[in-house]
Amino acid sequence: MADPFLSIQNVKKSFGNVAVVKDFNLDVGAGEFVSFLGPSGCGKTTMLRIVAGFEEPSAGKVLIGGKDVTGLKPNQRNIGMVFQAYALFPNLTVAQNIGFGLKVAGMPKAEAQARIDEMLGIIKLPDFGDRYPYQLSGGQQQRIALARALAPKPKLLLLDEPLSALDAKVRISLREEIRSIQKKLGITTIFVTHDQEEALSMSDRIVVMNEGRADQTGTPFEIYNRPSTKFVANFVGTLNVLEGTISDAASGTVKINAEEIGLKGKLNGSKSGDTLSLALRPEAISLGRKAGNDSNLTGQIADVHFLGSVIRVRVGVGQNVVSLDTFNSPSSPPPVVGQKTEISFSSGDVLVLH
Amino acid sequence: MKTSRFWAWLVFVVGAAYFFIPLIATFEFSLRMRRGVYSFDAYRVVLGDARFQETFAYSVTVAVFTILLGVFLVVPTAYWIRLRMPQLRPIVEFITLLPLVIPAIVIVFGYIRMYGSNSPLPFLGSARGTDALLVIGYATLALPYMYRAVDTGLRTIDVRTLTEAAQILGAGWTTIIARVILPNVLIAVLSGAFLTFAIVIGEFTLASLLNRPAFGPYLQNIGANRAYEPAALAVIAFAITWGCMSVIQILARFAPKSANRPN
Repeated sequence: MADPFLSIQNVKKSFGNVAVVKDFNLDVGAGEFVSFLGPSGCGKTTMLRIVAGFEEPSAGKVLIGGKDVTGLKPNQRNIGMVFQAYALFPNLTVAQNIGFGLKVAGMPKAEAQARIDEMLGIIKLPDFGDRYPYQLSGGQQQRIALARALAPKPKLLLLDEPLSALDAKVRISLREEIRSIQKKLGITTIFVTHDQEEALSMSDRIVVMNEGRADQTGTPFEIYNRPSTKFVANFVGTLNVLEGTISDAASGTVKINAEEIGLKGKLNGSKSGDTLSLALRPEAISLGRKAGNDSNLTGQIADVHFLGSVIRVRVGVGQNVVSLDTFNSPSSPPPVVGQKTEISFSSGDVLVLH
Repeated sequence: MKTSRFWAWLVFVVGAAYFFIPLIATFEFSLRMRRGVYSFDAYRVVLGDARFQETFAYSVTVAVFTILLGVFLVVPTAYWIRLRMPQLRPIVEFITLLPLVIPAIVIVFGYIRMYGSNSPLPFLGSARGTDALLVIGYATLALPYMYRAVDTGLRTIDVRTLTEAAQILGAGWTTIIARVILPNVLIAVLSGAFLTFAIVIGEFTLASLLNRPAFGPYLQNIGANRAYEPAALAVIAFAITWGCMSVIQILARFAPKSANRPN
């Protein structure tokens, strides 16, 4: 990236002997929405807190707009932040909460009131100014928290799992709202989540974090379809892993349970006799032979789950069990457990995990 | 079920009787100043006594300064311990409990030795200095109550997240404590303040040995020399304490509702 707005360079963070962030590097462009995605304890929140200034990195630096802010306190960084626990001030009304940052900055009263009204309009709660936080639902509180974070016009917006405490329906509507507000204001945003669906649906780019490192950084499409590590492949989306042995490295032939499939051009650096893990997304596998699929394996139906519009089928292929989804068709009955079947897929969809 | 309720009521009645009978007896005795009839003569004498007014006003003033000192000392300390140094909490709690096990007379003799007119810090060299020392002494005596009240208040709010939310919005420490933390623990602070007030109003040892014209020594003096007035004073002092407790209860209804924790 030629001129990144936010640049995180070689950041490390340890608590005692425990290294929580290990050599983290990231450049974020102006107006970009980047998600830190990973399981609990992967260091994503610590990294966000380092950007906010709540934690001091053990090494490395953070630059915002080309300026090194590593040594600056949180109140000197001009950053907005939304917390998982909302963190609205219980003693202040909604309007006072939104106006808190403006008052601290010494903005004239009339100007601040206009900005508060504008923010209440943006989050579509124009008549809520006089209410107290305890009079609001979780979703409303989080929208107020977003308005409060955005009111002082920060250079950077940090979202620390803002949807985690909300119920499923509110989460979906609020994530769409957050994204649309972010796009409208064009503010550079870092979003921390452990929910892959949130990250995939909201982000321009995703940083998948594992044990304090960025395992892979890419667009949602790249992360989902071309995971570069076994961890990313497993963590993002559902994945079927097939264990196989390379029968002929030169021709790219891999043996799975006495059947062979061709993976030409995907076995770079491997040699015949090596074992390897192959991954396939459920949606890449069809039950039975299908035109366009060049690879087939034989198996037995192990389990069938009727989920309404979709039927999830688990097929035993030797020692491996493969999950795949088929659409429900009222005219054809679902597969029967124990039935012999074939599964097919395109070798182009097979991921070789390292 | 019925048996357990009977015992519960019995314990309650015995406890209430143990508490109320001496109080009622004192009140009844305070009304007997005029021979043969009940009257409020004892109260009239006490309330009309110039020394009562002077000592009460003095103690109220000292109580206000003690509360201010306690708030300035305890709120930032309890806040900082909870936010940044939770590992020090047991030590600080132990220190704040010391006034309960060290008698006031020990503290005051320590003060007299340490802050006499020939010492480097001659608090006792002037009346104002002695007043200041009395306020400091009372703040120490009230520390167990004030610290616990404030710490309990801080426990009901998410101190760390609220602090960080205020910090990221540009607030400095003074703004955070004054506009975010203090208003949210105000009821707890007021509870501590009224307990402090109750302690200061009736305290005898420090005021007497430092020779200050406080309400406690006045109570003792009247008690030693009069018959009905001490009973009236005891009832008045009790009413003041109960008044303070009632104010705490009333104020608790106006506590800000905690909304900083997701359901």
